[in-house]
Amino acid sequence: MEVIDLAWWKLGLAAILVLALAATGYLARLGITRNLLIAAVRTVIQLALIGVVLEALFSSSGFYWIALMALVMLLVAGREVVARQDRRLKGWWAFGIGTGSMFVSSFAVTVLALTVVIGPEPWYAPQYAIPLLGMMLGNTMTGVSLALDRLNETVWRQRGVIENRLMLGQSWKKALEDIRRDAMRSGMMPSINAMAAAGIVSLPGMMTGQILAGSPPAVAVKYQILVMLIISVGTGFGALMAVSWGGRRLFDDRERLRLDRLEKP
Amino acid sequence: MTDLVLENLCIGTLSNVSLTVPGGQVGCVSGPSGSGKSRLLRAVADLEPHGGAVFVGDTCQRELPAHQWRSRVVMVPADSQWWFEEVGAHFPDDGKAGLPSALGFPPGVMAWSVSRLSSGERQRLALWRALVLEPEVLLLDEPTANLDNDSTEAIETWLLEEIRRRQIAVLWVAHDVGQIHRVSDAHYRILGASLERANGSD
Repeated sequence: MEVIDLAWWKLGLAAILVLALAATGYLARLGITRNLLIAAVRTVIQLALIGVVLEALFSSSGFYWIALMALVMLLVAGREVVARQDRRLKGWWAFGIGTGSMFVSSFAVTVLALTVVIGPEPWYAPQYAIPLLGMMLGNTMTGVSLALDRLNETVWRQRGVIENRLMLGQSWKKALEDIRRDAMRSGMMPSINAMAAAGIVSLPGMMTGQILAGSPPAVAVKYQILVMLIISVGTGFGALMAVSWGGRRLFDDRERLRLDRLEKP
Repeated sequence: MTDLVLENLCIGTLSNVSLTVPGGQVGCVSGPSGSGKSRLLRAVADLEPHGGAVFVGDTCQRELPAHQWRSRVVMVPADSQWWFEEVGAHFPDDGKAGLPSALGFPPGVMAWSVSRLSSGERQRLALWRALVLEPEVLLLDEPTANLDNDSTEAIETWLLEEIRRRQIAVLWVAHDVGQIHRVSDAHYRILGASLERANGSD
């Protein structure tokens, strides 16, 4: 099956629809026009650029170029995790903990999926490695930032409870127990919901794309199942690491709650 | 019998606080609000970074893991916190059973929902919650602030009995001159950056 290429001018038709929406929003004073237009322009530019980069990457297939691409993706995701937390740890801790946990979980799971499950030749073949890592990082990023945001916010709000529990001789782990569980849950919730709704409520983007590109649905479904499973694993371990490292940092070596290590929002 | 000993403790605006409270006795601390009474207690409980040293008997604060220190030196804050749904979930089993009648609760309070408790009731239960841990030192931050006069005196009597019987060394932050008179074996006042012993005659 041949994929129908899209001519650029046909994308222009879709863009005109966005302009129509923007104009309607402007006339109705909905206050979304500006954000909508900026976001639309951003998506066109960013995706066009990444198309160029991926074309180059696919034709070279050099390991170091792919590693460099992965590194850039990781650092951008790390920055995004920091930006999504209102009360974050001061200094490099917020970036370090977010990036570190995403690196360990999503890279480990992606490499495992590439070498053991999919097995392209070579294992880092960009056609498989980059999209897979992109999906992993995108979801792990959401999970890690939700978990850290919830952790810091709840600790801030419940500082009285935590300190009272410390006063009664509880260890910092015990005093933080409920909050840690809560933070983990909010980090994991999007991927659990996505798994629960997949195929019934939503047709996941990757599967849709593969089917559009001409894959038999049976193959696309298998890839989608693989991706959803490893996304949950990566998100879960990422959130787990972020929450335990982040929680540790909120207490010092004398198990004192150190809210002075959090930025004010 | 274990004494509480503070040696050159520095916390916030207070510096070089040294005092000894023998086991079974009460040292009262008073001073204007904002003078650092609560922070002094927090430093003794090792909840804030501070200078100087604190001992219980021969044991130095720094020698013990912090949570072990705090299970021997238990602080009861001015506004106690309750994090479970039910009152009883905050107590170990023997604490649930042996709730003293002097606190004035009907049987079955352990099954109450926390939201039903008044601030005075919370305060009284918080004292019991600390006592069932069998601490060697108690740090009380205005323990009767939300109680009326009658129950204040009843709680004082009960607390003193427990303190003498269990030989607990107590630092007690108090406002009320009458209360200081009734409960203290020694009275310390915060004057600027130092803690000074007041001589009986308030």
